Amino acid sequence: MSPLFYLFSALALFGGLGVVTFRNPVSAAFAMVVSFLGLAALFIQLDAFLVGVLQILVYAGAIMVLFIFIIMLLNVPEEEKKRFPLVSAVGAGGVALVLVGLIGMVLSKSKIGIATIPELAASDGSTDVHRIGELLFGTYWFPVQVVGILLLVSTVGVVVLSKKELK
Amino acid sequence: MESTLTLNHFLLVSGVLFAIGLAGVLLRRNLIIIFMCLELMLSAANLTLVAFSRFHVVEGQPDYNGQVLLFFIITVAAAEVAVGLAIIVALFRSRGTTDVGKVNSMKF
Repeated sequence: MSPLFYLFSALALFGGLGVVTFRNPVSAAFAMVVSFLGLAALFIQLDAFLVGVLQILVYAGAIMVLFIFIIMLLNVPEEEKKRFPLVSAVGAGGVALVLVGLIGMVLSKSKIGIATIPELAASDGSTDVHRIGELLFGTYWFPVQVVGILLLVSTVGVVVLSKKELK
Repeated sequence: MESTLTLNHFLLVSGVLFAIGLAGVLLRRNLIIIFMCLELMLSAANLTLVAFSRFHVVEGQPDYNGQVLLFFIITVAAAEVAVGLAIIVALFRSRGTTDVGKVNSMKF
């Protein structure tokens, strides 16, 4: 299990680095797909099969296709070949390093962080899709309705925003 | 084999990915790339949720409440991307650019 974890987390992290560093927006979008595939593999390694598949279908599939579609539609030019401004490069790198350092400090002191993956009881035949579905339509029926309305509102909002005469 | 992986491994990967996304938001000037980095940060937080869900075993099964929350996050993210990209397209129509340095009419 361990080598796979390192392989896929490297995939996710280098994909993320690609998004930040590639000048061409289309290359950045494809690096993002690679990053999401690595993340989905990590989800599946954590026995979250439905969520891993959703990550691939919704993120790597639908959302990234939307991004690439908009990049093509707007004909976004490549950023100028000049290097990133030194101030923002140092600032962004510094903030990221400080954040990683803080997270590392917190994790090294935490008592629950050293837990290994607990064993699961033998499956009684019901999959995680089944259990998540029961929760969604049982305990969480109201949030599901709210999310449905949110999707409807955002659909209408996108149509309104895309009208030509919007000024 | 499995015993070598701890919760810290997953949380650290998630934290580093979040930091990469944050650095991208601060560094890049193209609005679409900034938006993509935001999605990256959202996904990094998702990894934390799944890791905690797996390491908190309830009745011999992972805590599926965390995965249901993740389902909602993915749905909201899809709605957010649709609206955000529509706003970017509207901005591009009126200004002809997606560079955040050139969209400064509301700057004090």
